Amino acid sequence: MIGFVSYLVFFLTVALILGIATLGLNLQWGGTGLFNAGIVGFYAIGAYTFAILTAPPRPELLGNFELPWIVGVVGAMAAAALAALITGLATVRLRGDYLAVATFGIAVTIQLVATNFEALTGGTMGIASIPNPFRGLFATPLANNLGYLAVIVAILAVAYVALERIARSPWGRVLKAIREDEVAAETLGKNTRSFRLQAFVIGSTLMGLAGALYASFIGFVSPFDFLPILTFQIWAMLIIGGSGNNRGAILGAIVVWGIWSVIGAVASKMLPVQLQIYGGAAQAMIIGLALVLVLLLRPRGLIGEQPVTSRHAV
Amino acid sequence: MIGQAIADGLLTGGILALGAIGYSLCAHMLKFANFAHAEMLTWGAYMALAVVTVLPAGQAIGPFSFGWPLLVAIVVSCIGTGLIAIAADTLVFSRLRKRRASSLTLVFASFGIALILRNLVLFVWGADAHYYGQELQISLEILPNVRMMPDQVLVLALTVALVVALHLFLKHSRIGVAMRSMAENPALSQVCGIDIAKVVRWTWMLSGALAAIAGVFAGLTVQIRPEMGFNMLLALFTAAILGGTGSLFGAVAGGLIVGLTESLSALVIPTGYKAAVPFGLLLIILYLRPQGLFSRSARV
Repeated sequence: MIGFVSYLVFFLTVALILGIATLGLNLQWGGTGLFNAGIVGFYAIGAYTFAILTAPPRPELLGNFELPWIVGVVGAMAAAALAALITGLATVRLRGDYLAVATFGIAVTIQLVATNFEALTGGTMGIASIPNPFRGLFATPLANNLGYLAVIVAILAVAYVALERIARSPWGRVLKAIREDEVAAETLGKNTRSFRLQAFVIGSTLMGLAGALYASFIGFVSPFDFLPILTFQIWAMLIIGGSGNNRGAILGAIVVWGIWSVIGAVASKMLPVQLQIYGGAAQAMIIGLALVLVLLLRPRGLIGEQPVTSRHAV
Repeated sequence: MIGQAIADGLLTGGILALGAIGYSLCAHMLKFANFAHAEMLTWGAYMALAVVTVLPAGQAIGPFSFGWPLLVAIVVSCIGTGLIAIAADTLVFSRLRKRRASSLTLVFASFGIALILRNLVLFVWGADAHYYGQELQISLEILPNVRMMPDQVLVLALTVALVVALHLFLKHSRIGVAMRSMAENPALSQVCGIDIAKVVRWTWMLSGALAAIAGVFAGLTVQIRPEMGFNMLLALFTAAILGGTGSLFGAVAGGLIVGLTESLSALVIPTGYKAAVPFGLLLIILYLRPQGLFSRSARV
C-alpha cells in the first residue's frame, strides 16, 4: 500500500511538472498559434541551468555554484527566456512550418551542447547531487516527496491562474486575434510580431521552469533525459487534453503520462531484459497513434476550447 | 584534407539532395512540412534490406560491394516506400485536407506518423546496425589524396542521373505538367480536367521512391539504423528551405551546400557539433533570404 502511494506521488509530481510545460505550450499554440517543435530544448536549458547554479562544486566542472534553490529556479527561467528571445527574434516573424523546423533545430543543437560541452554539462556523465529543498527534511522519503509535490501543485496553480487571467485580458485577446487572422490583427494596429514574440518567450519560460523543477526532483541531469520524444509527449498532452484550454492541458498531461507509465510498467514487468527496447518502442508508437487518432476523430481533444469573455463583461 | 572533405561532403550532399527533392515536392504540392519524410528514408533502406536478405546472395558486380539482388531490392523498396506514403496520405492527410484542417494540423499528424513508423522499424528489425553485404571494399585514389569507395562513386553518378531524369519527367511528361500546374493553382487545374487525386498519389509515389533511394544509398555508404532518417531530418529541411520549396535544382544545390558545409566544418569545429551545422546554416538563410536561394516568389 505504502509502495503504491509513493509511486502515485512520484507519478503525480512528474505529470504535473510536465503539465507546467504543457501550459507553456498552450499559450504558444493554443493561444497564439505558434508551432514550437523544440520544447525539449527549452526544458533542457531550464534543467541544466538549475543544475549548474545549484549543484555542489566539482573540480572538473566550470559551473556548480551551490546557490540557493530559488536562485536556481529563477535563473533557469531567465536562461530559457533568453534562449527563447534570441531564437524568437530570428524565427517568430516566420510563419507556421518554418518556425516548427527552426525550433526543432534548437532542440537538436541544445542536445549536442549538453553531450559535448563537458566542462559545463558533465557530458554524457551529466550532473548529479542536484539539491531538492525537501531531501532529508522529514523522516521518510514519502513525506519529502509529498512536500515537493505540494510545491509543484502550488506553482502549477499560480501558473494556471495567471494564464487564465491572461486569456481574459486585452493582451490575451490580441494573441487570439493573431491566431485566428494575423492580417486583421495587424490592420487594427497591433504589432503582431511583438505579441508573438512575447507569447513565445513566456511559454518557453514555463518550459524552462518545468525543466528546473524536474532536475530538482530527480537530482540528476544527463543528455539522455532530454530526448526528442519529450517534445512529442508534451504535444500529445496538449492535443489530447484539448488545445486552447488550460484545464485541458493539465488533464492531458496526467492522462498521457498515465498511459505512458502504465505501458512502461507493464513492459518492464513482462519483457525480459533483452526485449526491453520493445517496451520503449511501444510507448512511442502509442503516443503517435493517439496523436493521429485525436486529430482525426476528436480534434478538440478531451475538453476543447471554451469561449472566453472579458472579465469586465457582464 | 580539404579535398577529402569535399569528396565526402559531395557524397552526403547527393544523398541529402535526393531526400530533399522528395520532401520539397510534397511540401510544394500539399503545402505542409512533412516531418514523417525522414522515416521514408529509413523504411526505404530497411525494405531493401529485407529483399536482399530473402534473395540468394549474388556475385558482386565489378568493383562494387553488392550484386544484382540490391538492384532488385532498390526497385521493390521504391514502390513499397511510395505505397507507405500513399497509405499515410489516404488514412490521415487526405482526411484532414477534406476537413479543411490548417496546414499546421497536417504537420502535427506527420509528427504522429513519424513516431509510429520509426518505432515500427525497431519492432521489426531491432535496434542494431545492419549492412547490405559483408564485402570489404578497397578505396580508390581518384585524385591525389582523395579516396573514395567504388560504391560512393556510383552513388554520386546515380544521383546526378536521377536528378536529370526527374527534371525531364517534370518538364515533359503529362503527369509532370499536371503536377506543376496543381502546385501553382489547384482549383484551376481541376477545372482543366486534371484528376487531383491521381496527381497527389503520383506526388507521394515519387517522393517516397526518391526517399527510398536516398535511404538505400545512405545505408550502402554508412550503415542501416532505425534512427538514420530521423538524424537526417534537420539537414533535409535545411536543404529544402535553402533551395526554395518546389525548386528541383534548388533542392539539389541545397543538399550539396548542406553536405559540403557539414563535412568542411569538421576541419574547424569539434565533430561532436556536426549535427548542429545545418541548423546554423538554416538560421542564416532564414535571416537573409527566407524564400530560399532559388525561388523567385517571396514567401515568408
